[in-house]
Amino acid sequence: MKTGLRDVLTGWRFGAAGPTPPPPSAPGDVLAEAEGLRVRLGSREVLRGVDVVARAGEVLALVGPNGAGKSTLLGALAADLPADGGVVRVHGRPVDEWSAPELALRRAVLPQSTALSFPFTVEEVVRMGRAPWARQPGAYEAEDPGDTDDAAVAEAMAVTEVTGFAARPFSALSGGERARVALARVLAQRAPLLMLDEPTAALDLRHQELVLRVCRERARAGDAVVVVLHDLGLAAAYADRVAILRDGLIAADGPPAEVFEGGLLSEVYRQPVEVFPHPRTGDVLITPKRG
Amino acid sequence: MTVLEKSAEPMEPERADAPRPTTPRRRRAPYLLTTGLVVALLLLIPVAGGLGAYPIPTGDVISSVAHRIGLGGAELERVPESVLWNVRFPRIVLALLIGASLGCAGALMQGIFGNPLAEPSVIGVSLGAAVGAVAAIAFGLTFLGNWTVSVFAFVAGLITVFVVYGMSRSGGRTEVVTLILTGIAVNAFAGATIGLFIFLAEDTAAVNQITFWQLGSLAQSTWPKVLAVLPCALLGLAIAPFYARKLDLLALGERPARHLGVDVERLRVVLILVVALLTAAAVSVSGVIGFIGLVIPHLLRMAAGPGHRFLIPGSALGGAVVLLAADLAARTIVEPAELPLGVLTALIGSPFFFWLLRRTRRKQGGWA
Repeated sequence: MKTGLRDVLTGWRFGAAGPTPPPPSAPGDVLAEAEGLRVRLGSREVLRGVDVVARAGEVLALVGPNGAGKSTLLGALAADLPADGGVVRVHGRPVDEWSAPELALRRAVLPQSTALSFPFTVEEVVRMGRAPWARQPGAYEAEDPGDTDDAAVAEAMAVTEVTGFAARPFSALSGGERARVALARVLAQRAPLLMLDEPTAALDLRHQELVLRVCRERARAGDAVVVVLHDLGLAAAYADRVAILRDGLIAADGPPAEVFEGGLLSEVYRQPVEVFPHPRTGDVLITPKRG
Repeated sequence: MTVLEKSAEPMEPERADAPRPTTPRRRRAPYLLTTGLVVALLLLIPVAGGLGAYPIPTGDVISSVAHRIGLGGAELERVPESVLWNVRFPRIVLALLIGASLGCAGALMQGIFGNPLAEPSVIGVSLGAAVGAVAAIAFGLTFLGNWTVSVFAFVAGLITVFVVYGMSRSGGRTEVVTLILTGIAVNAFAGATIGLFIFLAEDTAAVNQITFWQLGSLAQSTWPKVLAVLPCALLGLAIAPFYARKLDLLALGERPARHLGVDVERLRVVLILVVALLTAAAVSVSGVIGFIGLVIPHLLRMAAGPGHRFLIPGSALGGAVVLLAADLAARTIVEPAELPLGVLTALIGSPFFFWLLRRTRRKQGGWA
């Protein structure tokens, strides 16, 4: 029974086949882009003509002061917020032309805060990330034996170091633990485009590094990663490209070594900032000038 | 340039995390509960068939049922046979249908609102549906035949769910306080409307019928009444389980659910329709029977976890068992009189609601 009662009732396959998974992308392919994007929230125009591109194989960090429009930009790229001008494309197609199930196979989104109405366990929450794949015809006979739901869930939990409390209810976890479980759910979705809104905000030093290392690994494996960050040091260390937002416009966009420049940062953040190489490794270090 | 390019060696893992599966208790609980509830149901039905003002031995009940479905047994004498099939069984079937509808509607509503306190009677949907039913009774409307009351209850219930849903949500979430206060307002308005209809009712017979009906009772159950409830209840109960997985995802919030491929708008509209169907089924014959939809899903969630794939059918089954037991108690405790069923469920259900409210408040650290 290919199109069963269930399919008709739930509308998964009303006359059409299930959502088609995206074809594999080559490094450098544009997986998400905004062109002249304008977004209005209430009476305020939060984004005033933003151009930004996320490519496969690349970590793009969005940085900028509070209220610059970082999360709004991410929300618009994720199809949460409608564009009031300009266009957002995901996998080459305007974002509002995709259906929700199609988009779910193409991009995963980590929201800034995670809430859960009912006390699901950690493992159940991570498994929710597999929902978009539930109705894929090849879901259970994939050529790669590691590419099954169980493997995806186990791997995502291992990478984010949450395996140890897989059976605990999500509501019993600390803020940082919840953030990592939410990230595990997003990773388990295995979408080629990852959008993370401040994934490091609630995390300790070790797990901040861990999360961004995961981002790098996903990018190396061919995914596009867009990540909103507050910590410029993390952005400098892990991002391939950084877009600095200021008042709803892109102030600079390029490799961290080029865009992280004392004068520009001091001006954007309205706080004197020093940029200098690490004495031993030569990495870019950024600190506010104090005293 | 970046850290990884230079130092390929990964950091030490935090600790040797051995993958631990979800507790076996939680895996097994749905099966145990289902078995337990089915057994309870199979025991309760013949007992409920036998007990009452005209006692019939349980063995005779089983024998008569076996005879009717052609599995041997024997027909009873005229009187017990008539009592059983024209009085007891319609009542049992109605109790099962209404209990299942209430349990299922409660589980669905809590899922849609993302709030364990949502329940048809708490947020005013039951009384809203009752307005439609009362209108049909008070004005003697019968143009849809046997189904007039059900259809009116469905339409009024549907309007009420949409109103409550629209008023109690802001920014994609429902706060407990907003939901409860909305329920108070809706209940007050529906109560006033019912009062108005009683005032305007055409004759005293209709007024008596409404007054008794309002208490919530399954007395005077007949097969035509079963038939009036059946379509709404069966349709609602059949559709609900297909949305279990999507309701699980909705627990993450609307946006994350959408990110995982759920068409949230569509889900919401379909489930509100289903809730209205189930509430109408429950209310149109028996009046407002409260708290079944609150207590049953909550207990099942505590025992078997919040996954809706068990919770939705489980709540229907549990609701059926509990309402049948409650109705049996209501008509046997104070024999030969009969407690109104709605009064009995409210007596037990409202302290439970109070406890739940306190617990929710403590968890959130106040209502803010």
